[in-house]
Amino acid sequence: MAQERKIGDVILRVDDISLSFGGVKALSNISFDVKEHEVRAIIGPNGAGKSSMLNVINGFYHPQEGTITYLGNTRRQMKPHEAARQGIARTFQNIALFKGMSTLDNIMTGRNTMMKKGLFWQALNLGPARKEEMEHRQAVERIIEFLEIEHIRKTPVGRLPYGLQKRVELGRALAAEPSLLLLDEPMAGMNIEEKEDMCRFVLDVNDEFGTTIVLIEHDMGVVMDISDRVVVLDYGCKLADGTPDEVRSNKEVIDAYLGVSHD
Amino acid sequence: MGPAKNDHNAGRKQGPMPANGSNGTGNAGQFDTFPKLLIENARVRGSRPAMREKGLGIWQSWTWSDMKDEILALACGLKELGLKEGDKLAIVGDNRPRLYWSMVAAQTIGAIPVPVYQDAVAEEMQFVLEHAEARFAIVEDQEQVDKLLEVKDRCPVLEQIIYDDPRGMRHYEQSFVSDFAKIQETGRAYIETNPSFVEETVAKGKGSDIAIMLYTSGTTGRPKGVMLSFDNLIITARSTCELDNLTDHDEILAYLPMAWVGDNVFSIGQAYVAGFCVNIPESGATVLNDIKEIGPTYFFAPPRIFENLLTTVMIRMEDASAFKRKLFNMFMEHAKRVGVNILENRSVGIFDRLLYTLGDWAVFGPLRNVLGFSKVRLGYTAGEAIGPEIFEFYRSIGVNLKQLYGQTEASVFVTMQPDGQIKPDTVGPPAPGVEIKIADNGEVLYRSPGVFVAYYKNDEATKETKTDDGWVHTGDAGFFDDAGHLKIIDRAKDVGKLTSGGMFAPKYIENKLKFFPQIKEAVAFGHERDFVTAFINIDLEAVGNWAERNHLAYSGYADLAGQEKVYAMIQECVEQVNADLSADPHLSDSQIKRYLILHKELDPDDGELTRTRKVRRNFVAERYAELIEALYGNVSEHHVETEVTFEDGKKGVIAADLKIRDAKIYPKQELKKAG
Repeated sequence: MAQERKIGDVILRVDDISLSFGGVKALSNISFDVKEHEVRAIIGPNGAGKSSMLNVINGFYHPQEGTITYLGNTRRQMKPHEAARQGIARTFQNIALFKGMSTLDNIMTGRNTMMKKGLFWQALNLGPARKEEMEHRQAVERIIEFLEIEHIRKTPVGRLPYGLQKRVELGRALAAEPSLLLLDEPMAGMNIEEKEDMCRFVLDVNDEFGTTIVLIEHDMGVVMDISDRVVVLDYGCKLADGTPDEVRSNKEVIDAYLGVSHD
Repeated sequence: MGPAKNDHNAGRKQGPMPANGSNGTGNAGQFDTFPKLLIENARVRGSRPAMREKGLGIWQSWTWSDMKDEILALACGLKELGLKEGDKLAIVGDNRPRLYWSMVAAQTIGAIPVPVYQDAVAEEMQFVLEHAEARFAIVEDQEQVDKLLEVKDRCPVLEQIIYDDPRGMRHYEQSFVSDFAKIQETGRAYIETNPSFVEETVAKGKGSDIAIMLYTSGTTGRPKGVMLSFDNLIITARSTCELDNLTDHDEILAYLPMAWVGDNVFSIGQAYVAGFCVNIPESGATVLNDIKEIGPTYFFAPPRIFENLLTTVMIRMEDASAFKRKLFNMFMEHAKRVGVNILENRSVGIFDRLLYTLGDWAVFGPLRNVLGFSKVRLGYTAGEAIGPEIFEFYRSIGVNLKQLYGQTEASVFVTMQPDGQIKPDTVGPPAPGVEIKIADNGEVLYRSPGVFVAYYKNDEATKETKTDDGWVHTGDAGFFDDAGHLKIIDRAKDVGKLTSGGMFAPKYIENKLKFFPQIKEAVAFGHERDFVTAFINIDLEAVGNWAERNHLAYSGYADLAGQEKVYAMIQECVEQVNADLSADPHLSDSQIKRYLILHKELDPDDGELTRTRKVRRNFVAERYAELIEALYGNVSEHHVETEVTFEDGKKGVIAADLKIRDAKIYPKQELKKAG
């Protein structure tokens, strides 16, 4: 399936990003790019700086050095809500949903940036606001259908099993109709069946909506199966960058993952 | 036979009736095919809903005239694509409006629809496609397309695959794979240029034509293709609609497999004859929600579903507050006493009636609502024996649940319980137009207008099953009780003999075991043995919940099944069954002497159950031969390794040390005069 997708031009480039917290260097001189419609993975052992990298792209962290070029605009820092407006959506490693709200309402919050009518109109729930709400509801229903979670539409998210919560979170990110989707360990803590489901959804999102996906993942098997290109980080430095096959045969990567004795 | 009790249904319309009046046995009258009924329904009740499906969270409906347009467009599209009279069209998928339309569209141009079980694996599907010589297939989605592509090389006759849901299908470039909507488009264009075609082709169809071919999942051997004619289906549907007074204001939920005869008779046969609306849930997982939203008036479910619903209710009640629990128990106790009598309009004291009304307001009404049965005026169950307690439970809270006994070969109905003549342990008197006789060996035979034409390409099996004068062997053993109600005890061939000479009816014993909520499945052995033994599957949900409540830790099915406390609980169940059996002079020899709890759930993926979840006795006996030997030996534990197939087709091995237990045997009771 993957080879039939048309991979376009570079839409995101990070150049020489360095990020430190006090004396701790989380990232040093990281550069890589993401092309349109591709599935790009960032992998690495614990503490390699993967989540930091995602937080930088998403505007959560502000790097001390380096620039980010997204859709032709070069910048050093950006606020998360600006990132959201520009079509970057994400999910979190530790699920960040509203536990007491239903699946439907949670996904609806993903439409927030697209709601034009103000609080006043929405509170009145009249004509235009109502019409807008209906349009958004329809978009959300489409996502619910896409992710096959019709049966939990009205279930409070807190009552769902972990794997389904992850799926709802993906749904919320999709609700923003992102052009770039950042997934932070979407398969962490899942069993094999849930992982397979999630893989399929990630690929389907990429295929159906043409969404560019950057994902962080621990599970090498999953990454090698679904991504077009892989960046490998270790202790904040870039170890390798290339197709899954290239990365797999890279000696440094093998060392970083399997450990190597230092004589 | 006129509509008997129509007074309280003022304003309801009966479906298109045959011009010559109907007598339940004769011909199907003027509208003797489904395409004719479709056009008639579109004329008579064009603006009434014919079908509903939930799309994007909202119920979308098609009126009879919408549905007519959709079906005719598809029919012409299929004709344009090359489907001819007499061709077979395979239909694979969950219940979807478009798949239902495909059936009647095929019939419109004289082709024969062959619905296939959607969860069949590729090989099973290949057998049916090959045997039926299906030239076309209409399937639900990518998953089914992939399955067919996998076996297409081995099905040389299969030419065209049409899919309903385009998701994920963009990259399929095969010229023989097409989109349902596109086929309908070409069909619409064809109708533009050939406006008289539809009328001509519909007029050509006649009642004796084959309407549909259904492959029986069968507990033994290869599936057989049962050919049913329009007459079979329509005459049966018409007489049963009359008996139960079904009208175009009824609503049903179509959620059982489309390849099963029942769904064809309820969701197409009776729906077209009576003109009622068929509602289709979003997916299997949402049925319980959808039923609440739709509120069907006519509902069919196998006993398993009624059991599961009851188990869920009971589990949730146990978690309710003490006050609610008390209220529930008090009113349920009362319902048990008078509920059934009230439902059947028998005389009940004024105080009891008042208390029941109060209970209806406080408990039964809300409970029916939660179950989605608020509007059900007619519920049926069949396929397996239903536990008397479960049956009475639903009837006591005001759900008019009844039993029927049927077969694919009979277009479902052999016997059915008419209102007012309901007993939990029988399946009722013969359905309208059905004659029944009992053979010398106890086997039940019937003859009816619904009797199938023949098995496709299997004259031998046809001869074995159907006599020249139209009697069909059911393969079930049974007898009539004093009131003329049929009682089924087991498959005729499964009824065996113990070495002591006593009768051994395994199903009867298994059903008694399965009536306990803790026991999901049981397989009894004893033919030509000294005593009866049994395999037992616990119900993971019920026992798991009980384990939680009793602070019993377990890691999964196998672990829970092997726990000492679980064995103690099952022991009680087995001994209770033995006590019951000892009371019946014919069956007291078949008390269960030894049993074990299996380490895995019996599963259709491993071939242990049929797709309709009936135990394949011989297969199980072969697969677990060593366990049976252990049951008849004198060991108290046996190590076993079993290969299992996971949902994705991968194989694995489960190993366990199974404990074997002895159960108490009760002394045979003196023969009492049956009352």
